[in-house]
Amino acid sequence: MGEDIRKITLIGGTTKSGDKETIERLEIHKGDIITLVGPTGSGKSELLSDIEQLARGDTPSNRAVILNDGELNRWGRQMVAQLSQAMNFVLDMPVEDFLELHASSRGTSNNPVIEEVMGLTNSLSGEPIDARDNITSLSGGQSRALMIADIAVISDAPVVLIDEIENAGINRLMALEILSAKGKIVIVASHDPLIILMAQKRIVMHNGGMFKVLERNKQEEEILKKLIVMDNELSALRDTLRMGDFARGGGTLLMNKSGSVEEKKEESSNLEII
Amino acid sequence: MKFVTVAGPPSSGKTAVLIHTIRHLLEDGTKVVVGKIDCLGTNDGEKYQKLGIPVIVGLSGDICPDHFYVPNLEVIFNWAKEKSAHIAILETAGLCHRCAPAIKGCLAISVVDNLSNIDVPQKIGPMLSTADIVVITKGDIVSQAEREVYRRKMELINPGAEILEVNGLTGKGSLLLKTSIMQAADVDTITGRELRSSMPACVCSYCTGEKRIGKSFQLGYIKKIEATETKGGGG
Repeated sequence: MGEDIRKITLIGGTTKSGDKETIERLEIHKGDIITLVGPTGSGKSELLSDIEQLARGDTPSNRAVILNDGELNRWGRQMVAQLSQAMNFVLDMPVEDFLELHASSRGTSNNPVIEEVMGLTNSLSGEPIDARDNITSLSGGQSRALMIADIAVISDAPVVLIDEIENAGINRLMALEILSAKGKIVIVASHDPLIILMAQKRIVMHNGGMFKVLERNKQEEEILKKLIVMDNELSALRDTLRMGDFARGGGTLLMNKSGSVEEKKEESSNLEII
Repeated sequence: MKFVTVAGPPSSGKTAVLIHTIRHLLEDGTKVVVGKIDCLGTNDGEKYQKLGIPVIVGLSGDICPDHFYVPNLEVIFNWAKEKSAHIAILETAGLCHRCAPAIKGCLAISVVDNLSNIDVPQKIGPMLSTADIVVITKGDIVSQAEREVYRRKMELINPGAEILEVNGLTGKGSLLLKTSIMQAADVDTITGRELRSSMPACVCSYCTGEKRIGKSFQLGYIKKIEATETKGGGG
Protein backbone atom coordinates (compact mmCIF):
# COMPACT_ATOMS: atom_id res chain seq x y z
CA MET A 1 0.00 0.00 0.00
CA GLY A 2 3.00 2.29 -0.06
CA GLU A 3 3.62 4.81 2.64
CA ASP A 4 1.55 5.20 5.71
CA ILE A 5 -0.50 8.34 6.29
CA ARG A 6 -0.30 9.18 9.98
CA LYS A 7 -1.67 12.66 9.83
CA ILE A 8 -2.89 15.46 7.62
CA THR A 9 -2.26 19.03 8.71
CA LEU A 10 -4.42 21.82 7.33
CA ILE A 11 -2.81 25.26 7.38
CA GLY A 12 -5.44 27.99 7.15
CA GLY A 13 -5.54 30.30 4.16
CA THR A 14 -8.15 32.90 3.31
CA THR A 15 -11.93 33.13 3.13
CA LYS A 16 -13.85 34.18 0.03
CA SER A 17 -13.54 37.81 1.15
CA GLY A 18 -9.79 37.45 1.49
CA ASP A 19 -9.70 37.53 5.28
CA LYS A 20 -7.59 35.07 7.22
CA GLU A 21 -9.33 31.82 8.06
CA THR A 22 -10.27 31.58 11.73
CA ILE A 23 -8.71 28.13 12.00
CA GLU A 24 -5.00 28.58 11.39
CA ARG A 25 -3.93 25.01 11.86
CA LEU A 26 -5.70 21.70 12.25
CA GLU A 27 -4.26 18.22 12.53
CA ILE A 28 -6.26 15.19 11.46
CA HIS A 29 -4.92 11.84 12.64
CA LYS A 30 -5.13 8.26 11.50
CA GLY A 31 -8.49 6.73 12.45
CA ASP A 32 -10.25 10.11 12.70
CA ILE A 33 -13.64 10.71 11.17
CA ILE A 34 -14.13 14.42 10.51
CA THR A 35 -17.26 15.99 9.09
CA LEU A 36 -17.46 19.28 7.24
CA VAL A 37 -20.61 21.28 7.85
CA GLY A 38 -21.95 24.54 6.48
CA PRO A 39 -24.51 25.78 3.97
CA THR A 40 -24.10 25.28 0.24
CA GLY A 41 -21.30 27.52 -1.00
CA SER A 42 -19.58 27.69 2.38
CA GLY A 43 -16.51 25.89 1.06
CA LYS A 44 -16.91 22.22 2.03
CA SER A 45 -16.18 20.83 -1.43
CA GLU A 46 -13.28 23.26 -1.87
CA LEU A 47 -11.71 22.02 1.33
CA LEU A 48 -12.04 18.42 0.11
CA SER A 49 -10.52 19.52 -3.16
CA ASP A 50 -7.59 21.22 -1.37
CA ILE A 51 -6.88 17.97 0.45
CA GLU A 52 -7.18 15.94 -2.75
CA GLN A 53 -4.77 18.27 -4.56
CA LEU A 54 -2.46 18.75 -1.60
CA ALA A 55 -2.79 22.49 -1.85
CA ARG A 56 0.36 24.48 -1.22
CA GLY A 57 -1.03 27.97 -1.06
CA ASP A 58 -1.71 27.69 -4.76
CA THR A 59 -5.49 27.13 -4.75
CA PRO A 60 -8.14 29.88 -4.39
CA SER A 61 -8.25 29.27 -0.62
CA ASN A 62 -4.48 29.79 -0.25
CA ARG A 63 -4.50 26.85 2.16
CA ALA A 64 -1.67 24.40 2.58
CA VAL A 65 -2.16 20.71 3.26
CA ILE A 66 0.75 18.78 4.76
CA LEU A 67 1.07 14.99 4.84
CA ASN A 68 2.67 13.44 7.90
CA ASP A 69 5.62 15.69 8.74
CA GLY A 70 5.95 17.06 5.25
CA GLU A 71 8.15 14.31 3.84
CA LEU A 72 5.57 13.56 1.12
CA ASN A 73 4.80 16.35 -1.30
CA ARG A 74 2.45 14.38 -3.51
CA TRP A 75 -0.12 11.73 -2.79
CA GLY A 76 1.29 8.33 -3.65
CA ARG A 77 -0.56 6.01 -5.97
CA GLN A 78 -4.07 5.38 -4.75
CA MET A 79 -3.68 6.89 -1.33
CA VAL A 80 -6.93 8.79 -1.62
CA ALA A 81 -10.31 7.24 -2.36
CA GLN A 82 -13.24 9.46 -3.17
CA LEU A 83 -16.98 9.11 -3.08
CA SER A 84 -19.62 11.63 -4.06
CA GLN A 85 -23.28 11.68 -4.97
CA ALA A 86 -22.45 12.39 -8.59
CA MET A 87 -20.55 9.14 -9.05
CA ASN A 88 -22.05 6.30 -11.06
CA PHE A 89 -20.89 3.01 -12.45
CA VAL A 90 -20.37 3.19 -16.21
CA LEU A 91 -18.74 -0.13 -17.03
CA ASP A 92 -21.22 -2.63 -18.35
CA MET A 93 -20.42 -5.98 -16.72
CA PRO A 94 -21.55 -8.28 -13.90
CA VAL A 95 -20.64 -7.22 -10.35
CA GLU A 96 -18.29 -10.17 -9.79
CA ASP A 97 -16.39 -9.57 -13.04
CA PHE A 98 -16.10 -5.94 -12.15
CA LEU A 99 -14.74 -6.67 -8.68
CA GLU A 100 -12.32 -9.17 -10.15
CA LEU A 101 -11.12 -6.58 -12.66
CA HIS A 102 -10.64 -4.06 -9.89
CA ALA A 103 -8.91 -6.54 -7.59
CA SER A 104 -6.54 -7.71 -10.31
CA SER A 105 -5.71 -4.12 -11.27
CA ARG A 106 -4.47 -3.75 -7.69
CA GLY A 107 -2.67 -7.06 -7.70
CA THR A 108 -4.96 -8.47 -5.01
CA SER A 109 -5.90 -12.14 -4.99
CA ASN A 110 -9.46 -12.59 -6.05
CA ASN A 111 -12.04 -14.85 -4.47
CA PRO A 112 -11.92 -14.07 -0.76
CA VAL A 113 -11.78 -10.35 -1.53
CA ILE A 114 -14.81 -10.48 -3.79
CA GLU A 115 -16.78 -12.43 -1.21
CA GLU A 116 -15.84 -9.89 1.43
CA VAL A 117 -17.02 -7.00 -0.76
CA MET A 118 -20.30 -8.79 -1.57
CA GLY A 119 -20.90 -9.51 2.11
CA LEU A 120 -20.29 -5.92 3.15
CA THR A 121 -22.35 -4.56 0.26
CA ASN A 122 -25.32 -6.65 1.22
CA SER A 123 -25.09 -5.69 4.86
CA LEU A 124 -25.12 -2.01 3.83
CA SER A 125 -27.81 -2.16 1.20
CA GLY A 126 -31.49 -2.62 1.96
CA GLU A 127 -31.87 -4.74 -1.14
CA PRO A 128 -29.36 -7.50 -1.66
CA ILE A 129 -27.20 -7.68 -4.78
CA ASP A 130 -26.38 -10.84 -6.65
CA ALA A 131 -22.83 -11.21 -7.91
CA ARG A 132 -24.23 -11.89 -11.40
CA ASP A 133 -26.19 -8.61 -11.53
CA ASN A 134 -24.91 -6.06 -13.97
CA ILE A 135 -23.36 -3.08 -12.17
CA THR A 136 -25.15 -0.55 -14.36
CA SER A 137 -28.55 -2.04 -13.40
CA LEU A 138 -28.07 -1.52 -9.66
CA SER A 139 -30.25 0.99 -7.81
CA GLY A 140 -28.75 4.17 -6.36
CA GLY A 141 -28.57 2.63 -2.89
CA GLN A 142 -27.09 -0.63 -4.13
CA SER A 143 -24.47 1.21 -6.19
CA ARG A 144 -23.48 3.37 -3.24
CA ALA A 145 -23.25 0.31 -0.98
CA LEU A 146 -21.05 -1.47 -3.51
CA MET A 147 -18.82 1.59 -3.96
CA ILE A 148 -18.31 1.89 -0.19
CA ALA A 149 -17.58 -1.82 0.31
CA ASP A 150 -15.21 -1.75 -2.65
CA ILE A 151 -13.38 1.32 -1.30
CA ALA A 152 -13.06 -0.33 2.11
CA VAL A 153 -11.79 -3.69 0.87
CA ILE A 154 -10.18 -3.42 -2.57
CA SER A 155 -9.06 0.23 -2.84
CA ASP A 156 -8.00 0.23 0.78
CA ALA A 157 -6.72 3.80 0.51
CA PRO A 158 -5.56 5.32 3.81
CA VAL A 159 -7.58 8.49 3.19
CA VAL A 160 -11.23 8.59 2.13
CA LEU A 161 -12.89 11.84 1.05
CA ILE A 162 -16.68 11.80 0.87
CA ASP A 163 -18.91 14.51 -0.53
CA GLU A 164 -22.23 13.52 1.08
CA ILE A 165 -23.58 10.00 1.45
CA GLU A 166 -27.24 10.42 0.62
CA ASN A 167 -29.89 8.43 2.41
CA ALA A 168 -30.80 6.17 -0.48
CA GLY A 169 -31.56 2.93 1.25
CA ILE A 170 -28.14 2.31 2.71
CA ASN A 171 -27.02 2.02 6.28
CA ARG A 172 -24.94 5.19 6.53
CA LEU A 173 -23.87 4.51 10.06
CA MET A 174 -22.43 1.14 9.18
CA ALA A 175 -20.86 2.64 6.05
CA LEU A 176 -18.81 5.10 8.08
CA GLU A 177 -17.90 2.42 10.59
CA ILE A 178 -16.68 0.12 7.82
CA LEU A 179 -14.59 2.87 6.26
CA SER A 180 -13.01 4.06 9.49
CA ALA A 181 -12.52 0.57 10.90
CA LYS A 182 -9.11 0.06 9.31
CA GLY A 183 -7.50 3.17 10.74
CA LYS A 184 -8.28 5.33 7.73
CA ILE A 185 -8.74 9.06 7.82
CA VAL A 186 -12.32 9.71 6.72
CA ILE A 187 -13.44 13.23 5.86
CA VAL A 188 -17.10 13.72 5.02
CA ALA A 189 -18.92 16.82 3.82
CA SER A 190 -22.53 16.44 4.90
CA HIS A 191 -25.85 18.10 5.64
CA ASP A 192 -27.15 15.01 7.42
CA PRO A 193 -27.45 15.31 11.23
CA LEU A 194 -26.79 11.60 11.70
CA ILE A 195 -23.54 11.70 9.74
CA ILE A 196 -22.47 15.03 11.26
CA LEU A 197 -22.92 13.77 14.80
CA MET A 198 -21.25 10.44 14.11
CA ALA A 199 -17.94 12.23 13.87
CA GLN A 200 -16.25 13.27 17.07
CA LYS A 201 -15.02 16.43 15.43
CA ARG A 202 -16.54 18.68 12.83
CA ILE A 203 -15.23 21.65 10.94
CA VAL A 204 -17.74 24.45 10.53
CA MET A 205 -17.26 26.16 7.16
CA HIS A 206 -18.27 29.74 6.58
CA ASN A 207 -17.71 32.00 3.59
CA GLY A 208 -15.13 29.66 2.11
CA GLY A 209 -13.10 29.42 5.30
CA MET A 210 -12.67 27.01 8.20
CA PHE A 211 -14.62 28.95 10.82
CA LYS A 212 -14.45 26.73 13.89
CA VAL A 213 -13.91 23.17 15.01
CA LEU A 214 -16.52 21.63 17.26
CA GLU A 215 -16.13 18.46 19.29
CA ARG A 216 -19.20 16.35 19.90
CA ASN A 217 -20.41 16.90 23.48
CA LYS A 218 -22.28 14.65 25.93
CA GLN A 219 -25.66 16.08 24.99
CA GLU A 220 -24.98 15.46 21.32
CA GLU A 221 -24.01 11.89 22.09
CA GLU A 222 -27.45 11.37 23.59
CA ILE A 223 -29.05 13.00 20.58
CA LEU A 224 -27.02 10.75 18.29
CA LYS A 225 -28.37 7.65 20.08
CA LYS A 226 -31.91 8.90 19.50
CA LEU A 227 -31.17 9.74 15.90
CA ILE A 228 -29.96 6.22 15.31
CA VAL A 229 -33.21 4.83 16.71
CA MET A 230 -35.22 7.26 14.56
CA ASP A 231 -33.20 6.36 11.50
CA ASN A 232 -33.78 2.64 12.00
CA GLU A 233 -37.45 3.32 12.48
CA LEU A 234 -37.62 5.36 9.33
CA SER A 235 -35.90 2.59 7.36
CA ALA A 236 -38.33 0.03 8.73
CA LEU A 237 -41.25 2.28 7.81
CA ARG A 238 -39.83 2.74 4.35
CA ASP A 239 -39.55 -1.01 3.90
CA THR A 240 -43.10 -1.57 5.19
CA LEU A 241 -44.57 0.93 2.73
CA ARG A 242 -42.46 -0.32 -0.15
CA MET A 243 -43.60 -3.89 0.49
CA GLY A 244 -47.18 -2.71 0.00
CA ASP A 245 -48.24 -2.81 3.63
CA PHE A 246 -49.97 -0.21 5.81
CA ALA A 247 -47.82 1.76 8.20
CA ARG A 248 -48.70 0.82 11.76
CA GLY A 249 -47.85 1.97 15.26
CA GLY A 250 -46.23 5.18 16.32
CA GLY A 251 -42.66 4.03 16.65
CA THR A 252 -40.50 4.46 19.69
CA LEU A 253 -40.03 8.19 19.21
CA LEU A 254 -42.81 10.70 18.86
CA MET A 255 -42.56 14.42 18.52
CA ASN A 256 -44.86 16.04 21.08
CA LYS A 257 -46.52 19.39 20.54
CA SER A 258 -43.69 21.43 21.95
CA GLY A 259 -41.36 19.82 19.48
CA SER A 260 -39.16 18.01 21.97
CA VAL A 261 -38.34 14.37 21.58
CA GLU A 262 -40.00 11.90 23.94
CA GLU A 263 -38.77 8.38 24.24
CA LYS A 264 -41.08 5.46 24.78
CA LYS A 265 -39.97 2.61 27.01
CA GLU A 266 -40.27 -0.12 24.44
CA GLU A 267 -36.95 -1.12 23.01
CA SER A 268 -38.01 -2.59 19.71
CA SER A 269 -39.84 -0.80 16.98
CA ASN A 270 -43.58 -1.24 16.70
CA LEU A 271 -43.25 -1.47 12.97
CA GLU A 272 -43.29 -4.95 11.61
CA ILE A 273 -42.20 -6.06 8.23
CA ILE A 274 -44.13 -8.90 6.67
CA MET B 1 10.32 28.08 -25.76
CA LYS B 2 8.50 24.96 -24.64
CA PHE B 3 6.52 23.26 -27.38
CA VAL B 4 3.70 21.07 -26.08
CA THR B 5 1.40 18.80 -28.09
CA VAL B 6 -1.98 17.80 -26.72
CA ALA B 7 -4.03 15.00 -28.27
CA GLY B 8 -7.07 12.95 -27.34
CA PRO B 9 -10.41 11.61 -28.53
CA PRO B 10 -13.25 14.07 -29.21
CA SER B 11 -15.03 15.39 -26.09
CA SER B 12 -12.40 13.98 -23.76
CA GLY B 13 -11.89 17.46 -22.33
CA LYS B 14 -8.69 18.63 -24.03
CA THR B 15 -9.76 22.26 -24.36
CA ALA B 16 -11.39 22.43 -20.91
CA VAL B 17 -8.29 21.01 -19.23
CA LEU B 18 -6.01 23.34 -21.18
CA ILE B 19 -8.03 26.45 -20.38
CA HIS B 20 -7.71 25.81 -16.63
CA THR B 21 -4.03 25.00 -16.99
CA ILE B 22 -3.27 28.06 -19.12
CA ARG B 23 -4.99 30.27 -16.52
CA HIS B 24 -2.51 29.02 -13.93
CA LEU B 25 0.38 29.64 -16.33
CA LEU B 26 -0.82 33.17 -17.06
CA GLU B 27 -1.14 33.93 -13.34
CA ASP B 28 2.58 33.24 -13.06
CA GLY B 29 3.27 35.70 -15.87
CA THR B 30 4.15 32.99 -18.38
CA LYS B 31 3.46 33.93 -22.01
CA VAL B 32 1.34 31.23 -23.66
CA VAL B 33 0.15 30.87 -27.25
CA VAL B 34 -2.15 28.18 -28.57
CA GLY B 35 -2.50 26.42 -31.91
CA LYS B 36 -5.56 24.31 -32.60
CA ILE B 37 -5.77 21.80 -35.44
CA ASP B 38 -9.20 20.49 -36.27
CA CYS B 39 -10.99 18.91 -39.24
CA LEU B 40 -14.10 20.78 -40.23
CA GLY B 41 -14.85 23.47 -37.70
CA THR B 42 -14.20 24.48 -34.13
CA ASN B 43 -15.17 27.12 -31.58
CA ASP B 44 -12.16 26.34 -29.49
CA GLY B 45 -10.21 29.27 -30.94
CA GLU B 46 -12.67 31.71 -29.36
CA LYS B 47 -12.49 29.89 -26.05
CA TYR B 48 -8.72 30.39 -25.98
CA GLN B 49 -9.03 33.99 -27.18
CA LYS B 50 -11.13 34.74 -24.12
CA LEU B 51 -7.99 34.12 -22.09
CA GLY B 52 -6.46 37.04 -23.97
CA ILE B 53 -3.73 34.96 -25.62
CA PRO B 54 -2.69 34.68 -29.29
CA VAL B 55 -4.43 31.77 -31.02
CA ILE B 56 -3.94 30.17 -34.41
CA VAL B 57 -6.54 27.75 -35.81
CA GLY B 58 -5.88 25.35 -38.69
CA LEU B 59 -8.69 23.40 -40.31
CA SER B 60 -7.58 20.41 -42.33
CA GLY B 61 -10.74 20.13 -44.44
CA ASP B 62 -10.47 17.14 -46.78
CA ILE B 63 -7.12 16.06 -45.41
CA CYS B 64 -6.53 13.89 -42.37
CA PRO B 65 -5.82 16.38 -39.54
CA ASP B 66 -2.75 14.49 -38.41
CA HIS B 67 -1.23 14.58 -41.90
CA PHE B 68 -2.16 18.24 -42.07
CA TYR B 69 -0.56 18.84 -38.69
CA VAL B 70 2.95 17.67 -39.54
CA PRO B 71 3.67 19.99 -42.50
CA ASN B 72 2.29 22.89 -40.47
CA LEU B 73 4.43 22.32 -37.40
CA GLU B 74 7.13 24.72 -38.60
CA VAL B 75 4.53 27.35 -39.44
CA ILE B 76 3.04 27.16 -35.96
CA PHE B 77 6.41 26.94 -34.22
CA ASN B 78 7.75 30.01 -36.03
CA TRP B 79 4.55 31.95 -35.39
CA ALA B 80 4.83 31.14 -31.68
CA LYS B 81 8.46 32.31 -31.65
CA GLU B 82 7.46 35.56 -33.33
CA LYS B 83 4.94 36.09 -30.55
CA SER B 84 7.86 35.54 -28.14
CA ALA B 85 5.92 32.85 -26.32
CA HIS B 86 7.41 30.98 -23.38
CA ILE B 87 5.08 28.09 -24.05
CA ALA B 88 3.38 27.08 -27.29
CA ILE B 89 0.59 24.56 -26.86
CA LEU B 90 -0.69 22.73 -29.91
CA GLU B 91 -4.01 20.97 -29.52
CA THR B 92 -4.84 18.44 -32.21
CA ALA B 93 -8.07 16.62 -32.86
CA GLY B 94 -6.89 13.46 -34.60
CA LEU B 95 -9.41 11.95 -36.99
CA CYS B 96 -9.10 8.18 -36.65
CA HIS B 97 -6.70 8.11 -33.68
CA ARG B 98 -4.35 5.79 -35.48
CA CYS B 99 -1.66 8.51 -35.39
CA ALA B 100 0.00 10.28 -32.52
CA PRO B 101 1.29 13.84 -32.78
CA ALA B 102 4.04 13.40 -30.19
CA ILE B 103 7.43 14.84 -31.18
CA LYS B 104 10.78 13.67 -29.81
CA GLY B 105 12.10 16.23 -27.35
CA CYS B 106 8.79 18.10 -27.00
CA LEU B 107 6.36 17.47 -24.15
CA ALA B 108 3.47 15.28 -25.33
CA ILE B 109 0.18 15.20 -23.44
CA SER B 110 -2.77 12.88 -24.10
CA VAL B 111 -6.22 13.44 -22.65
CA VAL B 112 -8.68 10.58 -22.18
CA ASP B 113 -11.82 10.32 -20.09
CA ASN B 114 -13.08 7.80 -17.57
CA LEU B 115 -16.37 7.40 -19.42
CA SER B 116 -14.87 5.83 -22.49
CA ASN B 117 -15.00 2.11 -23.03
CA ILE B 118 -12.44 0.17 -21.04
CA ASP B 119 -10.86 -0.98 -24.32
CA VAL B 120 -10.28 2.52 -25.64
CA PRO B 121 -6.67 2.55 -24.45
CA GLN B 122 -5.91 -0.30 -26.87
CA LYS B 123 -7.81 1.39 -29.67
CA ILE B 124 -5.89 4.64 -29.50
CA GLY B 125 -2.55 2.93 -28.89
CA PRO B 126 0.18 5.25 -30.20
CA MET B 127 -1.52 8.40 -28.92
CA LEU B 128 -1.32 7.00 -25.38
CA SER B 129 1.87 5.00 -25.56
CA THR B 130 3.94 7.90 -26.90
CA ALA B 131 2.70 10.49 -24.39
CA ASP B 132 4.80 11.87 -21.54
CA ILE B 133 1.72 12.82 -19.57
CA VAL B 134 -1.66 11.10 -19.69
CA VAL B 135 -4.47 13.26 -18.32
CA ILE B 136 -7.60 11.40 -17.25
CA THR B 137 -10.79 13.46 -17.02
CA LYS B 138 -14.36 12.98 -15.79
CA GLY B 139 -13.24 11.15 -12.67
CA ASP B 140 -15.86 13.00 -10.66
CA ILE B 141 -18.73 11.03 -12.17
CA VAL B 142 -17.49 7.45 -12.05
CA SER B 143 -16.72 5.19 -9.12
CA GLN B 144 -13.39 5.03 -7.34
CA ALA B 145 -13.01 1.45 -8.59
CA GLU B 146 -13.42 2.49 -12.22
CA ARG B 147 -10.94 5.33 -11.81
CA GLU B 148 -8.42 2.85 -10.44
CA VAL B 149 -9.05 0.27 -13.16
CA TYR B 150 -8.75 2.90 -15.85
CA ARG B 151 -5.58 4.30 -14.44
CA ARG B 152 -4.09 0.83 -14.24
CA LYS B 153 -4.88 0.28 -17.93
CA MET B 154 -2.97 3.46 -18.76
CA GLU B 155 -0.01 2.39 -16.65
CA LEU B 156 0.17 -0.90 -18.51
CA ILE B 157 0.07 0.77 -21.93
CA ASN B 158 2.49 3.55 -21.04
CA PRO B 159 4.49 2.60 -17.94
CA GLY B 160 6.73 5.65 -18.13
CA ALA B 161 4.02 8.30 -18.36
CA GLU B 162 3.00 10.62 -15.59
CA ILE B 163 -0.72 10.09 -15.04
CA LEU B 164 -2.76 13.03 -13.80
CA GLU B 165 -6.45 13.21 -13.01
CA VAL B 166 -7.94 16.56 -13.94
CA ASN B 167 -11.51 17.79 -13.70
CA GLY B 168 -12.28 19.84 -16.80
CA LEU B 169 -15.26 21.56 -15.16
CA THR B 170 -13.68 22.74 -11.92
CA GLY B 171 -10.04 22.64 -12.99
CA LYS B 172 -9.13 20.42 -10.05
CA GLY B 173 -5.79 18.79 -10.83
CA SER B 174 -4.77 21.39 -13.43
CA LEU B 175 -2.21 22.89 -11.05
CA LEU B 176 -0.22 19.66 -11.18
CA LEU B 177 -0.42 19.72 -14.95
CA LYS B 178 0.89 23.28 -14.96
CA THR B 179 3.81 22.25 -12.76
CA SER B 180 4.67 19.39 -15.11
CA ILE B 181 4.49 21.63 -18.18
CA MET B 182 6.88 24.08 -16.54
CA GLN B 183 9.39 21.26 -16.09
CA ALA B 184 9.46 20.48 -19.83
CA ALA B 185 12.66 21.19 -21.73
CA ASP B 186 12.95 24.27 -23.97
CA VAL B 187 13.43 23.70 -27.69
CA ASP B 188 15.11 26.08 -30.15
CA THR B 189 13.72 24.67 -33.33
CA ILE B 190 11.23 22.12 -34.58
CA THR B 191 12.96 21.59 -37.92
CA GLY B 192 14.77 18.28 -38.10
CA ARG B 193 12.96 16.84 -35.10
CA GLU B 194 11.18 13.53 -35.42
CA LEU B 195 7.72 12.23 -34.68
CA ARG B 196 7.70 9.51 -32.05
CA SER B 197 5.39 7.31 -34.09
CA SER B 198 4.96 7.00 -37.84
CA MET B 199 1.77 8.08 -39.58
CA PRO B 200 0.25 5.44 -41.85
CA ALA B 201 0.00 5.76 -45.60
CA CYS B 202 -3.26 7.31 -46.58
CA VAL B 203 -3.15 8.02 -50.28
CA CYS B 204 -6.12 6.79 -52.25
CA SER B 205 -8.77 8.35 -54.44
CA TYR B 206 -11.06 8.88 -51.44
CA CYS B 207 -8.40 10.99 -49.73
CA THR B 208 -8.76 13.44 -52.56
CA GLY B 209 -12.51 13.76 -52.63
CA GLU B 210 -13.74 10.70 -54.60
CA LYS B 211 -17.27 9.72 -53.52
CA ARG B 212 -18.29 6.92 -55.88
CA ILE B 213 -18.18 3.33 -54.61
CA GLY B 214 -16.68 0.61 -56.80
CA LYS B 215 -13.42 -0.99 -57.85
CA SER B 216 -12.93 1.19 -60.91
CA PHE B 217 -12.95 4.38 -58.82
CA GLN B 218 -10.35 3.12 -56.37
CA LEU B 219 -6.84 4.33 -57.13
CA GLY B 220 -3.68 4.49 -55.12
CA TYR B 221 -2.94 2.60 -51.95
CA ILE B 222 -5.92 0.26 -51.52
CA LYS B 223 -6.11 -2.51 -48.94
CA LYS B 224 -8.94 -5.05 -48.96
CA ILE B 225 -10.03 -7.27 -46.08
CA GLU B 226 -10.37 -10.97 -46.69
CA ALA B 227 -14.07 -11.85 -46.62
CA THR B 228 -13.80 -14.57 -44.01
CA GLU B 229 -15.64 -14.53 -40.75
CA THR B 230 -13.65 -13.75 -37.59
CA LYS B 231 -13.63 -16.70 -35.19
CA GLY B 232 -13.80 -15.75 -31.52
CA GLY B 233 -11.60 -13.06 -30.04
CA GLY B 234 -12.45 -10.04 -32.11
CA GLY B 235 -11.48 -6.83 -30.76
